[in-house]
Formats: sequence, structure tokens, C-alpha cells
Amino acid sequence: MIAASGTTLWFVRHEWRLAWRDWLAMMSGGRRKRLRRAVIAIAIFVSFMHFVAYWMVGPYANAASDKVTLVAITASILLSWLLMISQAMESTTRAFYARSDLDLILASPVAAEKIFAVRIATVALSMAMMALPLAAPFIDILIVRGGWRWLGAYGLIAAMGATATALAVGLSVALFRFVGARRTRFVAQVVAAVIGAAFVIGLQIAAILSYGTISRVSLLQSHVLLAHLPDPASVVWWPARAALGDGAALLTVLVLSLAMLAAVIAIVAPRFGAYAITAASVDAAAVVEVRRATAFRESSPSGTLRTKEWTLLRRDPWLVSQTLMQMLYLIPPAVLLWRSFNGGQGAYQLLVPVLVMAAGQLAGGLAWLAISGEDAPDLVASAPISSGFVIRAKIEAVLGIIAVIFAPLVAVLAFASPWHALVTIAGIAVAAIAATSIQLWFRSQAKRSQFRRRQVSSRLATFAEAFSSIGWAATAAVAAASLSLAIAPALLATLVVAGTWFMSPRPQRV
Amino acid sequence: MHASLPPFALEIRGLVKRFDRPAVDGLDLNVRSGEFYALLGPNGAGKTTTLRMIAGLLRPDAGSIHVAGIDALADPIAAKRLMAWISDEPMIYDKLTPREYLEFVAGLWGLAPALAEPRAQELLGWLELEPHARERCEGFSKGMRQKVALAGALIHDPSLIILDEPLTGLDAGSARQVKSVLRERVRAGATVIMTTHILEVAERMADRIGVIARGRLIAEGTLDELRLKARHNEAPCVEASGDRASLEDTFLALLAQPAEAA
Repeated sequence: MIAASGTTLWFVRHEWRLAWRDWLAMMSGGRRKRLRRAVIAIAIFVSFMHFVAYWMVGPYANAASDKVTLVAITASILLSWLLMISQAMESTTRAFYARSDLDLILASPVAAEKIFAVRIATVALSMAMMALPLAAPFIDILIVRGGWRWLGAYGLIAAMGATATALAVGLSVALFRFVGARRTRFVAQVVAAVIGAAFVIGLQIAAILSYGTISRVSLLQSHVLLAHLPDPASVVWWPARAALGDGAALLTVLVLSLAMLAAVIAIVAPRFGAYAITAASVDAAAVVEVRRATAFRESSPSGTLRTKEWTLLRRDPWLVSQTLMQMLYLIPPAVLLWRSFNGGQGAYQLLVPVLVMAAGQLAGGLAWLAISGEDAPDLVASAPISSGFVIRAKIEAVLGIIAVIFAPLVAVLAFASPWHALVTIAGIAVAAIAATSIQLWFRSQAKRSQFRRRQVSSRLATFAEAFSSIGWAATAAVAAASLSLAIAPALLATLVVAGTWFMSPRPQRV
Repeated sequence: MHASLPPFALEIRGLVKRFDRPAVDGLDLNVRSGEFYALLGPNGAGKTTTLRMIAGLLRPDAGSIHVAGIDALADPIAAKRLMAWISDEPMIYDKLTPREYLEFVAGLWGLAPALAEPRAQELLGWLELEPHARERCEGFSKGMRQKVALAGALIHDPSLIILDEPLTGLDAGSARQVKSVLRERVRAGATVIMTTHILEVAERMADRIGVIARGRLIAEGTLDELRLKARHNEAPCVEASGDRASLEDTFLALLAQPAEAA
């Protein structure tokens, strides 16, 4: 059946077609062969996740609805839900600012609220769908080992997608009203990232302060916490009960969540057009004046390139938030360092891999910006300097930022344990150089504004960068305890980097 | 600045570049020093590919390029020192001000600040960018962005200026400013090679015009010489208009001739 044009159903078909083709393009890059490989990779991943789930949650499939179980499930739900809110805020902000088809929609004689209502509902659905590849293996294993009651967890995911989207849309609209259209995009994305990280970081810091360990489980199972939490009959545990198969709880949570989403759609969709128009007029009005106009400075071409990279990054709060947000995860190790200063080698042992891993990941993001995200490639390529010289200057810019960010933490560590500091410095240097090299081998010209989609351009580079950072973090962790034993993980990490070089496009190998 | 100029600012021999099919196919081209040369051709004729190879942005599959006597393929850095490249889509940094952009470009070309700063001031004045010199480029219109890119291209006083459709999308005022700056550079001794689809610009500004099709130069000369060539090809519209045939008539007549005649 074909829906009449301009109706809600017609817009649903339109939105789904766009979403489906976007997903296909993301997975296949427009090549059928690659799509087949992507499907096989997803199948392998989902199968693998079932094994992981069997090992992780299998033993708890028949758990009773006691307080410890409810706390553990609620913590997992809360973590996933906050991540969903974070992702939904990103999607909502994109809907406000992405102008690809807004002009067409707003200029057409159809009722725009219909498409905006469909778009908000699509965000909710995509939030639930995105959670499925990660959650489904765990739920499947729980169903197989614990019975059909765990089927309720799927219903809970739908409810979480609905409430996360409703809250995200509400938050974005509130930001729009209170901080204005110009700042909303940036603030919303920072808020989204902070929301995503806050729960994990908060739990880790609480665990460190209470128990001197970074493990969240110790905190969640502690008697002190359990004593302060409400009784198992409390409404607070309804979502957990819904996951455990309590029919009444599931129905209530589901109905309330969908009602919340419907209310937000009814309130926001008619006003969405006005928000989009306001957001669209932001760019035209934006004039940012640089007050300080210093005299031209004497600088070598490489110094000029380094300064340019640092200036562009410093002046782009969105990019700063996107690259440095992962540094939020350094807060718990920093707290651990502060708490355990002179208190024992165990804490330092834990710190070394965290710092090395963070350095590798940060270097990868910065290297993409400096190497692939060059906004004036023709200008730089037509300058009288060799391409090797340009790349060297850009790598120096990346490593300079890494040095500035990690130097204070390593300096404090050096006072407490010079050996751990030395291993950390070596690990940070190797991880950062490896991540930068991978970005260099897989460079492809893109706009800096496409930073968030950089993983899509080469999944191989993304995975290689992650595995390399993990490998060097493991090497540093082992080296901190025993230098000779570190040879094995170092060899593995080297193999990852060498294999990546071998698979990189031939003309780009350095 | 351009006192001892070689006879040819640009000499191209047998230039070839293939993508899926030949984009440039054995192109020979000479541009004299101090000349304003317009390169015309239909879409996909190989104009932009040719200019990108001259600017060192693409490596040719075969052939040679000499810029002011320097082998641009053997010593690209020496050749790039003399050149400036501007494309139709101005690529500048949104988060830099025009002044900072010029400082960056001057740094890339290794210009001393004492030389670069007054030159930047002069260019900003010429192109009427002075009131916006301290604003970030992110809010600039296409015309303003193109003017910033032009200022950047001229800051090192290049002897060969290569422009690919520099007037596309500019309003009348901005287009006039760009044209006047280019004329001034030619008067000062620089050589300009430019592609354009606006035939009137080529007709009014160029000393010589080259017509490129299917990756080859099919005609070259002053407007009068091109009219004559088109008449020899018995193009009815050119024959009817005689000496008053517009460049548009001439251009279309030249393109209409069969490949073997070209």
C-alpha cells in the first residue's frame, strides 16, 4: 500500500528509506563486496558477544529479585540509558542544525510538524536499535539459561529508547531557549559527552574514595551503599523488575515511557520548524572578532604549520570537546594517583596502562584532524615545501599537544615512582606515534567538521588504532612490573602496527 | 621584481594525465612572461587537471613542465616559490582571520615578517578586506573568501599566477576587484593563466586565449587569430559576423570542428 503524499505514513516511508540507505552507505561505502564483508563481520561480532555474555551473565540467569541483583541491573540500565540520552542529544542537535533537507521541508506546503514528529520518533527507534547489538547477546543468554521472563528486557530497551529521546529533545529545546541557538550546538554536544561519561567516572571516583580501587563492582555491592538504598518493593527498582520479567512493572514502564515520548512530540514537533529556522540564521549572523592583532612573527614553515594547527584547535570549542572529552576518563586515575600518592605501587601499576591507552586514543583523533582534516589542502600542497616536511610538522603539532596534556600527570607520578613514570613516558610516546602513523597511512582528505564520522572512512584504521593503543597499554602495564615479560605484548602490538602498515593503501605508506 | 624575466613563464611539452580515460592527452603549451593567458574549454576538457599539474598538485603521467625555465617536475619546490594557485572553491581556514591567514601563507613561503606585513596590509586595502581583517573567516561570503584566498596567493609576489575559475559565484563588485588586481599584477610583470567559463572575461582581459578539448589544445592565439581560424573552419555564425564575431561564436565554432581537424 502506498501512503498518500504529505501524510505521516508517507513521511515515515521517506525517513526509513533515507535511514536505510545511510546505514547501507556507512557499512558498504557504496560497494556490494564490502557490504557482504560488513554483514559477515557483524554476524561474527554478535556470535562472539554471545560467548562473552555466556561467560559474564550466564551464572546470574536465575538470580532472585533481591536488592543486590536489583542494584546491579539498575546500574547497568542507568549506564546504558545515560549513553542513550547522550546519543539522542547528538541526533537531536543534528536535526536542528543539519540543513540538507530542512530548507526543502520548510519551504514546502506540507505541515512540517508531521515530519518533525516522525523524525523524533525515528530517533527513539534508532536509539533502541543501536542498543540491540550490544544488549541482545546478554538478553539471549539470560533467556536461554534463565527462562522467558528475561524477554521483558527487550521491552525495557524500547522504553529506554523512548524516554532517552524524550529527555534529550526536552534538554535540547531547553538549551535552545536558555543559551540561544548559537551556543546550543556546542553546549548540547558537551552536555551529551559529559552525561555519557559522568556515570562511569562518578562510580569510579566514588569507588576510589571509598575503597581505594577503581573497580565499580566493589562500590555497587558494598553494604554501606545497599543500606542506604530503598527497599526492593520501591518504585525505583521497577525498570530492573521489568527486565527481570515482572509483567506489571514492564507494562507500567513501557506505557509511561511511550506517553512521555508522545507528549514531547506533541509539544515540540509544531515548534521544531521555528527552532530550525533560528538555528539556520546563526551562521549568517556569526562574526567573531579577534581583538589581539599582533605583528607578524618570524617563523619557519614548520613552526608556521604547527602554530596553525594549535590555533585552529584552540579556537574550535566543538573540536576541543570532541577530542579532549575522552580526557574526562583520566579524572579517576588522577584521583587514584592523588589518593595513593606514596601509598603503594599497586595504584601506579593501574595508572600506567590507563595513561598510555588515553594517549594513543587522543593522538589518533588529533592526527586525523592535522593530517586528514586539512581545510586548505591545495594551499599547503602548492607551498614551496616538501610533503614530508608538511607531515613532519603536523606530527610535531600532535605530539606537542600530547606532551602538554600528559606532562603534569607524569611529573606527579615521577615524584611518587620514577620507574612507573619512565615506563609511562615510553608507553605514551610509542602509543602516540603508532596511532599517528596509522592515521598517516590511512589519510583521506576530509573537512574538519566531519571529525565525528572519521571512523566511517576506514574501519580498519579505527580498529587498528584501538588495538594498537590497547597493545601498548598492556605492554606498559607488564613492563612496569617486569621488563622482560613485556616483550610478548610489545611484539603483539608491533605486529598490529606492522600488519596495519601492510594493509594500508600503497601510495600512502611512509 | 620581475626585471630579468625569461621569454616563457610556462612551457609545457607532451603533458599526459590519465584517470579512467585520458584527461590531458599530449598537451603542448607556451605562455609568455607578463602575459594574461585564458584557457577555455567545455566541461571535462582537461583545464583544471592541466592547471593542477602546473601548480604541483597532481603528478603527470608523461611530459614536462617548465616554470620560468625551472623543471617543475624535477625541482617542484623551486618552481612553487614562483607560483600561486587559486581554485574556484576558496579553501581558507574558518577559524583564522584574513590577517592571520596571510601571516600563515607568508610563513609557508618563508617570507620575512618585515616584508610580509606591509604587503598584507596593502593587499587587504586593495581588496577592501581591511574592515574585516580581524574577523574570523567563518562568517564570510563566497566573494570575501575568494578575496582572502587571492590576497594569500599574492602575498609572496608570485611571477606566475594560476587561477581556476576565480570569478565563479562572485558578485559584480567582487569580480571587478579581482579582475582589477589581476590586471595590476600583469602590469607589474607577472604572468596570469586562468580558466573561465565567462567568455566575456577572457575576451576583455586575455592577451592570448587557448582552447582545450579532449585534453588537447585545439586552438590558440589572440581573439582575432581565433576568429580567423574559426572562419577557415567554415563556421557559419563566424563567417556571417566577420571581424565582429564574439568569442562565444568563435569558441563554439572551434569546438564544433571534428576531432581530426582539431
